Amino acid sequence: MAMSAQDIHDLILASLPNATVKIIDLAGDNNHFRAEVTCSSFAGQSKVSQHKMVYDAIGSKMGNELHALSLKTSDK
Amino acid sequence: MNQAVDQSKVFEVIKKEISSNDIVLFMKGTKVFPQCGFSALVANILNDLGLDFVSVNVLEDDDIRQGIKDFSNWPTIPQLYIKGEFIGGCDIVKELYESGELQETLEAKGIVFKAAS
Repeated sequence: MAMSAQDIHDLILASLPNATVKIIDLAGDNNHFRAEVTCSSFAGQSKVSQHKMVYDAIGSKMGNELHALSLKTSDK
Repeated sequence: MNQAVDQSKVFEVIKKEISSNDIVLFMKGTKVFPQCGFSALVANILNDLGLDFVSVNVLEDDDIRQGIKDFSNWPTIPQLYIKGEFIGGCDIVKELYESGELQETLEAKGIVFKAAS
């Protein structure tokens, strides 16, 4: 089961309510997405921690329903 | 089967791999024949830097494939380890390489690499 861009957007926002989230469907197949997440909660966190916060928001769907999510995170 | 025991066994294998090799890339396919674009990208970066690295093909071992995700608490492959430290997945490695931070990390860890020509 693939996920829609809106699903991903909503999941990230549910965990990181103060984030700005932009989802791009890279291949037009609802399976390869890029998420650009800007969130002040990322400040002072390593890239690994920032990406983990986004992965945690998506939960177990990552790597299963959602095959590929390219991430770009920034604190401002 | 006791799952907890199995996982600790897999973790031992992973720990041994990342402690006995300076650079380990857990990837889909091999460094000669990557089977996923994201894995290929990281392997290419390491090759560009002239680094000698060990690649672990997670497609050959389901225990490692799941085990490395649990071990790193990271849901995707590839995963790069340098001197036992988890560096990141494809996006992070690419970003660190382009910003020069990956090269700084290598230097700080005393690993010789080829500067970009």
